[in-house]
Amino acid sequence: MAQMNLKEAIRDAMRVELERDPSVLIFGEDVGNVGGVFRATEGLQKDFGEERVFDTPLAESAIGGMAVGLGIQGFRPIAEIQFVGFIFEALDQIVVQAARMRYRSGGRYNSPIVFRTPFGGGVKAAELHTDALEGLIAQTPGIKLVVPSNPYDAKGLMISAIRDNDPVFFMEHLNLYHAYREEVPEGEYTVEIGKAKVVREGSDVTIVSYGLMVHTAVKAAEELEKNGIKAEVIDLRTLVPLDIDTVIESVKKTNRAIIVQEAQKSAGIAAEVIAQINEKAILHLEAPVLRVAPPDTVYPFAQIEDQWLPSPATIIAGVNKVLEF
Amino acid sequence: MSKSKIPYEVYTEEVEALSVLSPDGEIVNKDKVPNLSDDQLKELMYRMVFTRTWDERAINLGRQGRLGFYAPVSGQEATMVGSEFALDKNDFICPGYRDMPQLVWHGLPLYQAFLYSRGHQHGGQIPEGVNVLMPQIIIGAQVLHAMGIAMGYKLKKQQQVAITYTGDGGSSEGDFYEALNFAGVYKLPVIFFVQNNGYAITTPFSKQTAALSIAHKAVAAGIRGVKIDGMDVFAVISAVQEARERALKGEGATLIEAVTYRFRPHSLSDDTSKYRTKEEEGEWSEKDPIARLAKYLEKKGLWTEEDTARVKEEAKATVNEQIKKAEQTEKMTIPGLIDSMFETTPKHLEEQKADFQ
Repeated sequence: MAQMNLKEAIRDAMRVELERDPSVLIFGEDVGNVGGVFRATEGLQKDFGEERVFDTPLAESAIGGMAVGLGIQGFRPIAEIQFVGFIFEALDQIVVQAARMRYRSGGRYNSPIVFRTPFGGGVKAAELHTDALEGLIAQTPGIKLVVPSNPYDAKGLMISAIRDNDPVFFMEHLNLYHAYREEVPEGEYTVEIGKAKVVREGSDVTIVSYGLMVHTAVKAAEELEKNGIKAEVIDLRTLVPLDIDTVIESVKKTNRAIIVQEAQKSAGIAAEVIAQINEKAILHLEAPVLRVAPPDTVYPFAQIEDQWLPSPATIIAGVNKVLEF
Repeated sequence: MSKSKIPYEVYTEEVEALSVLSPDGEIVNKDKVPNLSDDQLKELMYRMVFTRTWDERAINLGRQGRLGFYAPVSGQEATMVGSEFALDKNDFICPGYRDMPQLVWHGLPLYQAFLYSRGHQHGGQIPEGVNVLMPQIIIGAQVLHAMGIAMGYKLKKQQQVAITYTGDGGSSEGDFYEALNFAGVYKLPVIFFVQNNGYAITTPFSKQTAALSIAHKAVAAGIRGVKIDGMDVFAVISAVQEARERALKGEGATLIEAVTYRFRPHSLSDDTSKYRTKEEEGEWSEKDPIARLAKYLEKKGLWTEEDTARVKEEAKATVNEQIKKAEQTEKMTIPGLIDSMFETTPKHLEEQKADFQ
């Protein structure tokens, strides 16, 4: 097995699928010759040629629209939107056109597209490079939404996403691209879309999260354990479809939960998870389920982003609140 | 193109719209007469008369509540029927919301067009082998899809083209420019066909753009631009055939601006008297594409008024039969709708389905 960071694992997944299936294409801004601004596609154009991996003019809506057209033609496009804040330019093509294709055509056409985009705070990036916009996508019927937290899952989920006949929005956390390496199998394997994972077992409280926040939650859980509090940490991995069963199972055991997200507090994934816990396990709760999330402001400039984002300390404060309820 | 007086200033001139057939049915441009057999000419006329009759019936059906959203097409038969006539059966059509005739003449069963209007999913369930998309409501989105489909043809080295339709309003959308630009960069086999009917719902062309014409917008994308008389079916066929041949030779995309007119309102719910004059409508009705072709064909002894009457009866009967078929098609269901979201319905949707069973 090879040691890979998250970026290398995603690249490896794309390489495996480019080799396996001639209908897989990669395109976007700067993804060809230089391999993307984060080098996520580095070397792929050299190995697979300019017809399989190519640069586009700078126009996100056209990248999305071209993916839709190529999907109709039987290709499996992987379309990169260079930074998450630029998806607004392509939103019609992603959430209206790609996500509605199966419905609008009564199943005649589909959109076997992966929209890849880096996102995620804590890296002091420019404005609109880091925002957690998953809530926008999650409210759209007809598109799947994947946010991996580690290299192993990232590769397996990416291979699943490329093979999926429905559109998948794949969010890659900037802060995880180079954070650490772990053993990732070579060749092909898949991680099923729609399955959460218990990353740390515990009996006192459930901490639900995804993306980088899984690691922040684990840090918080390690701190809590020093005080004798055993937190169970769940990595959702996929936000649509959401694996609520794994969450419910945990809540039935711990009777307390908090949800941690990088996106602004209101009307997001955390709110959805809480609503479903209420629907399915309210009698198991000993305390209200809390959200640990940034305030409902725009993502701030770099100067105060560390205070703005959830941290082990704010997660511990949240856990203490539900334990003391 | 003449050179500007200032060497670094980009400059273009007005262009004449291509005309082949005069309003009197005379050939005014011998070089551009499409090479059609007598049978093809009669078929072309048949389709245009059929389309006009279907449009009239559809408006009545709309008023009776038997159709939903419907965008009238009368006046645009030359652009719609003519442009489709110039295509190969395997070329791909990406239409806007008014472009139902192109889809039907390309193979979409008429009752499905009615189902689409009635808000039934099956309307968009295009039969295998018919290369069209369902009509687009977001009026620039399909321009991008055609560009992507053309990219597919290019990658597959398949000798086909994609054609897409939008209007003068659609040519102002950002997607329109992005599509033209991509088509230029990748030299794609795509035809951008703009039916400039003078009004984007109620907004006149003079408020749509300060460009000399929509065709001029091709210049900035490095693709070919042409302007044609959209009430002249021969000009339409000639322009599309030429664009198609160039595309298949690897010479890239063409933007065709066809200057046309819709005789009726934008949809069944707007009042043309608020934004157009009777005088203007009268002037355009003298350019009627059907009357124009009829005059030409009558002179050649290929068409009579009786033929028109016969086609109208045939069209009425077909429309009646097809609307019945649409009305008798099994209604959509909520569980069926839920199942159309993903290839395999996920668990949470299965649960939501149970509420409707």
